[in-house]
Amino acid sequence: MAYSFPEEVLEHVFSFLCSDKDRNAVSLVCKSWYEIERWCRRRIFIGNCYSVTPDIVIRRFPKVRSMEMKGKPHFADFNLVPEGWGAYVYPWISAMSVAYPLLEEIKLKRMVVTDECLELISKSFKSFKVLVLSSCEGFTTDGLASIAANCRNLRELDLKESEVEDLSGHWLSHFPEHCTSLVSLNMSCLGSEVSFSALERLVGRCPNLKTLRLNRAVPLEKLPNLLSRAPQLVELGTGTYSSEVRVDIFSNLSEAFSVCKQLKGLSGLWDAVPAYLPAMYSVCPGLTSLNLSYATIQSPDLSKLVSQCPNLQRLWVLDYIEDSGLEALATSCKDLQELRVFPSDPFGAEPNVSLTEQGLVTVSEGCPKLQSVLYFCRQMSNAALVTIAKNRPNMIRFRLCIIEPQAPDYVTLEPLDTGFGAIVKSCKELRRLSLSGLLTDRVFEYIGTHAKKLEMLSIAFAGDSDLGLHHVLSGCESLRKLEIRDCPFGDKALLANAAKLETMRSLWMSSCSVSYGACKLLGQKMPRLNVEVIDERGPPELRPEICPVEKLYIYRTVAGRRIDMPDFIWTMDEDAALQHS
Amino acid sequence: MAQESELNFKATELRLGLPGTDECEDMISSVKNNNKRSLSETVEDNASKDITSPETPPAPKAQIIGWPPVRSYRKNNLQTKKTESETGIFVKVSMDGAPYLRKIDLKIYNGYAELLKALETMFKFTIGEYSEREGYKGSEYAPAYEDKDGDLMLVGDVPWNMFMTSCKKLRIMKGSEARGLGCGV
Repeated sequence: MAYSFPEEVLEHVFSFLCSDKDRNAVSLVCKSWYEIERWCRRRIFIGNCYSVTPDIVIRRFPKVRSMEMKGKPHFADFNLVPEGWGAYVYPWISAMSVAYPLLEEIKLKRMVVTDECLELISKSFKSFKVLVLSSCEGFTTDGLASIAANCRNLRELDLKESEVEDLSGHWLSHFPEHCTSLVSLNMSCLGSEVSFSALERLVGRCPNLKTLRLNRAVPLEKLPNLLSRAPQLVELGTGTYSSEVRVDIFSNLSEAFSVCKQLKGLSGLWDAVPAYLPAMYSVCPGLTSLNLSYATIQSPDLSKLVSQCPNLQRLWVLDYIEDSGLEALATSCKDLQELRVFPSDPFGAEPNVSLTEQGLVTVSEGCPKLQSVLYFCRQMSNAALVTIAKNRPNMIRFRLCIIEPQAPDYVTLEPLDTGFGAIVKSCKELRRLSLSGLLTDRVFEYIGTHAKKLEMLSIAFAGDSDLGLHHVLSGCESLRKLEIRDCPFGDKALLANAAKLETMRSLWMSSCSVSYGACKLLGQKMPRLNVEVIDERGPPELRPEICPVEKLYIYRTVAGRRIDMPDFIWTMDEDAALQHS
Repeated sequence: MAQESELNFKATELRLGLPGTDECEDMISSVKNNNKRSLSETVEDNASKDITSPETPPAPKAQIIGWPPVRSYRKNNLQTKKTESETGIFVKVSMDGAPYLRKIDLKIYNGYAELLKALETMFKFTIGEYSEREGYKGSEYAPAYEDKDGDLMLVGDVPWNMFMTSCKKLRIMKGSEARGLGCGV
């Protein structure tokens, strides 16, 4: 039946399939569908750069136009992955520069990108349009200059929180005067001042510019110059939001904001000074996204501001907002879907603000659409978690960080098993969960029993024994990513659930009790996994087999063992005994 | 008694392990024993593991690597703000005729308006309205300050940030002297 359709017709039908899941399913129907599909797949997403090689990808999908890839494990964000671990994108860029001359988009997360890579990108892909580097590192502003200078149709340059060696702000001046194609520019992570006149001209000549995220170095008094040239902006990240209080600056700013009728997202706001907040009141009713996580303003001013934003869907804010500010949020923002509260003083011994579990409970009560939470606080109770679970069964992402490790329920001094148990039992669509506080194996029993849609789980300083890990690995059917630090989980659970690991993207375990012997055994048993031991104390061979390894990273792969490892990582496989550092 | 024999055993123990295996045993036992309070070897200051008695002050908080899970660029942003706010700019304030001086922290004010209001409250007087041309009109007081060069200047002429860094001490002048300084001729 399938072969009676001309290929072009099938190809046309397949072009409506966007999700990888659907395309993968289509590829499995029969050989001819596999062939047709692979020739017309334009977008690929590789969640772990070491799970496959450039050659394998290029061989199967010869006509890719958009490539998205992730490198280091998530815990690299918190300095748990040693320097030099890997995730180099160069081999990929090099291979694609030959195989995909029509490549338009590259999106990378937690990868090492060099100036050489950026130059190669800028010179190899004539239709290059989109470059997104999220939490990447390894390049300088010289690399950005290549991109600016050579990519004639550049639409998007987004440096989301990357660590860039900032040699100077001169790179921006490399955008040629005839470049008018920019739709999105995010330079908020850069330190140096760019030439303001070059920036002004660039903004002025790009009529489709929708997203502009400035860096801290752009002074507040100059912001109106940019806004007046781009009143069509949908997302704005200001530079520093502080200046001496002057009436003329205020009125210019206020007027400039009032012209931006399409503005939906606002961020930046470094060093925000309360006196200038009213200048943005005119855009507040239209805002759906507000990132105040760099604004060190206090609760009364924060409350006043969020009360002006009835259409807010996403709020990121520092804990200066306090319980009282969250109450104002719950009252005013009935469309709120995502809340992230960051700690203003993460290393202080004593609380510096009046933000407790109550703030989160209040928001869970007042905001019926709340589905995504990241909350740092210093006290939590089972009762609060049970209430939150009852209020918000639609929760999808729940990440709670109680700052003191292993902090119990502050009222009853019990572990928080019951509270988190209530969350997983009630929130049946929960996809991501981060635990904290005092937790026994029981919480993992609840998670294994109820969290059937859970895809990503982060665990720290929790559990009593291997049973905890066993519950998770044997119960969580949808689990893709598991990251664990400082838990007493060892060999038994890991070896008993070895097959499970092939159904997941990756497992990270650091400062746990997995022995070197178990790692070797696992590596030998499971040829389709890379079992990588990371140990900066030196070769694990020099210690007894029962000795626990420092860090362990296990992931499924069709690429075989890595060939670019630093000297503190060892792959466990059949040749484990023959390996040298 | 048991202690005595333990001391001897350790010293004369015959071991087959390679040098450095001691640390491995410590690691295994510490992970096994510290089930409930298992702060791992990543804690830099092991002293914090001890449960302290009520008399002794708590040991300084040891920083655990990667905890709390806050990304470095966020930590850096907050740190700069913190060090800025920790150093205040304290200057003496004298008022002609007052028996003693006061001291204020310029950092807590957002600008001239707030500063002058605070001075008015502190010394119970009214400052007139500022204008570039005529100084402080409508009052017999004029706020002045001594700058880095030792000159007596009228408060309000330069941008606030510049004032904050150059002001060495404040002086609220009264009477004819004030009028001489403040008003144009």
